[in-house]
Parts: sequence; structure tokens; C-alpha cells
Amino acid sequence: MKRTTGGAGLLVYAVFYLAFLYVPVLFLPLFSFNDSPFIAFPLSGFTTRWYAQLFADTAVQGALFNSLRVGAAAAIIATALGLPAAKALTRYRVPGGSAVLGLANLSLFIPEIVLGISLLVLLNVVAVSLSLWTVVLGHIVICVPFAITVLMSRMEGFDRNLEEASLDLGEGTWMTFWRVTFPLALPGIVSSLLLCFMVSFDDFLIAYFLAGNETTLPIYIWGQLRFPYKLPAVLALGALILVTSTALVVIAEWIRSRGLEERRHRMVGA
Amino acid sequence: MSGFLRIERVTKRFGSVVAVDDATLAIQRGEFFSLLGPSGCGKTTLLRMIGGFEFPDAGDIFVEDQRITDTAPNLRPSNMVFQSYAIFPHLDVFDNIAYGLRRERLAKADLEARVRDALAMIKLEGFGQRRADELSGGQRQRVALARALVCRPKVLLLDEPLGALDKRLRESMQIELRQLQRDVGITFVFVTHDQEEALSMSDRIAVMSAGKILQVASPRVLYEQPNCREVADFIGSINLFDAVVEARDGADALVDAGPVGRLRIQADEPVGKRIILALRPEKVTLSVTAGTVKGTIAAAAYLGERSHYNVAIPGRAEPVSVAAQNAERVAERGHAPGDTVYLSWPAGAVLVLPRD
Repeated sequence: MKRTTGGAGLLVYAVFYLAFLYVPVLFLPLFSFNDSPFIAFPLSGFTTRWYAQLFADTAVQGALFNSLRVGAAAAIIATALGLPAAKALTRYRVPGGSAVLGLANLSLFIPEIVLGISLLVLLNVVAVSLSLWTVVLGHIVICVPFAITVLMSRMEGFDRNLEEASLDLGEGTWMTFWRVTFPLALPGIVSSLLLCFMVSFDDFLIAYFLAGNETTLPIYIWGQLRFPYKLPAVLALGALILVTSTALVVIAEWIRSRGLEERRHRMVGA
Repeated sequence: MSGFLRIERVTKRFGSVVAVDDATLAIQRGEFFSLLGPSGCGKTTLLRMIGGFEFPDAGDIFVEDQRITDTAPNLRPSNMVFQSYAIFPHLDVFDNIAYGLRRERLAKADLEARVRDALAMIKLEGFGQRRADELSGGQRQRVALARALVCRPKVLLLDEPLGALDKRLRESMQIELRQLQRDVGITFVFVTHDQEEALSMSDRIAVMSAGKILQVASPRVLYEQPNCREVADFIGSINLFDAVVEARDGADALVDAGPVGRLRIQADEPVGKRIILALRPEKVTLSVTAGTVKGTIAAAAYLGERSHYNVAIPGRAEPVSVAAQNAERVAERGHAPGDTVYLSWPAGAVLVLPRD
């Protein structure tokens, strides 16, 4: 193929684009192993003491544990709520179905700061004291759209005759759900759980508004930034989060695409 | 009205579209019954109402005099073979076939025996551990069939089950399916848009168009005695001539059929009645010497066991279609375009259809 000047220009653009995206992120692991409390070049040597300092810090472990609990609860509840919604929107003629979907997805487009403030106001009005549970509540609100989207794409992927066949063979709607719908939607469910967990784990704004005296990991990190000598340990923590979350997203995407692959395979085979 | 499976004045609308319009049918026990019609004629909707996947807006459905109109599909005495086969992709062949039996809480040995018998019936012994994506189209079709029949339904519903198969496989499956139906003796309701398939397999056929049932009859009667122009047109090919009754002579009518001339036919229509004369291509005889109507060969096609001719008749826009059996080996050739020929047919071959 002939290489045009336009093609070369686009290549340079692409390289800059990727560098702009990823070089700052790569500074995290880089400086987390740098033997100096100051974030500056030239690098002073390799060390793992920031990691050691991090692992010795019980406050960080508490915050991490909180984030894991909040993330797990939000992911499970949001996915559980998203599953019947996705089934209804893909399987039945729901009156105003697209409006329902639009409303459910609206929280994607509401600025989180607005969402955080309004939830805070609401909780004040109904006199619920702030705790990790209120953070879970806020995270469910932002996770449900992700759950519905992921689950709908999975549900649309399999023949609705499969559920009808189960009914035809004598199972009621409930057993049909457990014997057919659930196992077939499983890759979507796992992928939704992972995605919702990441959204929750990553969230700072809503947690900051709704956590009260509790601390999640992002809130903890934000707090540490006031102390310059603690910065390298925060970088170490950031690097660990980066690796873990990348791995989770890759796994979620792999599971989802494997589901799609299976479906393509089936279609070609038919 | 009597019948094993009865459909009484059933109507189903989707929004403003009337999918099934006041349909009434009585299907007998052990019958191979087909619903035949072009796509969108309502045949699948009618089948899905028998299966319980759609519910009629009006009318009733009975199996053995038990009203099942509003019964959920899992409580009906019918099972269905879906057009897509709907083989559960997360289960192997054994578990697919055993799916409906698991509810019955059979002893393990009984369950295995019934699945084994079903596998033997569809000649897929040893395929129990295969998954759906390891099966060919024909094998999936058999698994879907076995999965439904193993539940011992009173009625088996089949929604274009051969539609996805290639021609050769389809033809052999037609024979197998028909044989299977005779062996198990279960009432089959079979939906198809393929008229040859319906003719070759069915005891009786209901021809549907635009939601209405036009005619219910045996394949022979449908072909030889269609009750209206649409049925005549849909089943096989046919020549249609507009005609008017001019005079009566005992049981015969003398009609004016325009370009085809004046004909004497067996009909009891009164003088002045406007009718359609219908004539199947294979009932027409071609001769180079003499016949009822003179024409010119417009097109000729040699199809092996028969030849097909279009014969132009002066004063008529549409050529007359003629099918001639190639009973003898023709050394030279049959009729060629441009040849002058004479058409004739036996008096009883002409069908009289109403014209409105």
C-alpha cells in the first residue's frame, strides 16, 4: 500500500496522542520505585521502601478494606437491579421502554458533583446519617446504567426462542430464568460486576460527599496529598491500583468478548 | 364442530395489523396438518397461539375439548420445534433432550433410557455429549425434534423446521419427518411457506393469506379443486382465463373465454355469470396439427423429465403456460420458439372459480 504524507502525519498524531494519555500514568510506577521523596528528574536510584511504608500503614489498609466492601456491595446490588431491567427491556414490549432506558441512563450525564450534592441534601432531609452505606447508595445510582448497558448487550445476544423453548418444555418463568436466562447471561453478569466494582472503587466525588467520618481509598489518598513526605507512598498505592484495575477491566472485557465470540461462532455454525 | 385440536373464530391483532383474522380449524388426532401461506400470512402467529406464546384477542382454542386459550405454554399438552431450533447452547445434546424430563423427577435410569431412546429415534446415538455448536443444521433440527417428542406431547408444533436446511437435506428430512410422524402417531401441526413441502408431507393443509384461512383440504383436493383464485395461484402454477357464461345445455355451460374462444365446460353457473377458468399447465396437450386453440411458442425450456412452454395466443397479453412430459426420447427437439401449435385439454380439466 502506498504511504501518503497524510498517513505519516496521522501516525505522528497517534504517537503524540498515546504519549499524552499514558506517559503521565507511567510516572506513577516510575517514581514509586525512585529513591527520593521528591518527584523530580533525575531519578536517584531504585527502592521498594515506599511500598514497605505503604504496607505498614494500617490507615491505608482500613481505607482499602472500606473501598472493597463498598465496591462489592454496590456492584452486586447494581447488577441485581440491572438484570431484571435488562431482561424487561430486551424481552418484553415495555410501554415507553426507550424512555425508561433513557431515564435509567440519565445519571451517566448528570455531573457527579450535582449528584453528590443532591444525594447529600436528600439524606439530610430524610435524616439518614452518613456512613459507608450511604456511599454504597450513591454508587448504586452511578453503577446501574453501566450494569443495564452491559447486561442488555448480553441479553440481546441470545435467541429469545431459548426462553420460549424452556417454557414450552414445561418450566415456569422462574425456573426458566434459573435454567436458561441466568446461565446464558452469566458472562454479562460477571462483566457487569467487575465494571460496577471499578466505577465504585474509582469514585472520589460521591464518596467524599456521602462518606461522613468514613474513609474510602480515594478519600484517603486525597488526604495524604497534604503531606509532601507521604507522596511517594501514595504513588506506590496509585501504581498498585493502576495494575489491579487494568487487570480487572481486561478480564471483564475478555469475558464479554468471549461471550460475543461464542455467539458469532454459533451464528456461523447455524 | 368436532376435532382433536380446535381453533374457533380466533383473531389476533398486533397494533393495527390483523395477523390472524377469524380463523376456524378442526385438526384430527394423529393428523399431519400443515399451515401453508406466504410470509406474513399469519401462519406462525396461529401456531404460536396454539403453543401459548401469543394469546388471541378473540376466539378459543381447545385440545380434546379442554379450553387452553389462556393457558401458559408450560401447562399445555403441546411441544414446539422452533424455526431457529433453540438448542440450549450451555447444555450438551443429552441435557437438551432431557430438559423437559427433569421436571418429571424420573429415576435416573428411566431418564437416561428415555433420552437414549430419543437419540436412537433421531439416529444420533453417541452424540449425547456434543454441544450445540458442534452439530450441523440437520442434527440440530433432529435434536429439537427429539427434545419436544421426548415429552410425549399430544400435539407437536413445527415452525418451518426445514427452512434453514439445504435442498437435498430438506428433501430427505421431509421423508424422515413424515415417517416419524406415522411411527409416533402424534398430531403434527406444521408451518411452511413451501407448497411442495406441504403437498408432499401433509394429510391436510390450510392455505392462509392475509390472516385468513382460504381453504382446508387434502393436498390432492387443494391442487385439483382450489376454491378460489388465490389458492389456485399459490399451489402450483396455473393458467387463468376470464370468462362469461353465455348459455346452458343440461349440466354443461357454454362460455365465452375471449381469446381462448367459446368453450363447453361442466359447470352449473347461470347464464351471464362472470367466472374464471383455471387450467393447470400439465393438463394441456400440444399438437402441431389440431386442437382447440391456435398459438405460437414464445419460449421453451427443457427440464429433463418435462419441458415447459409459454404459448402466445392472439388477443391475450399473458402467454399460456404448458408443461409436457418428455415420455419419449426426442431425437431432434421438442417445439421451438416460433412454431405454430394447437392447444387442447380434456373437458374435465377446466376448473371454474368465482370472479368478483
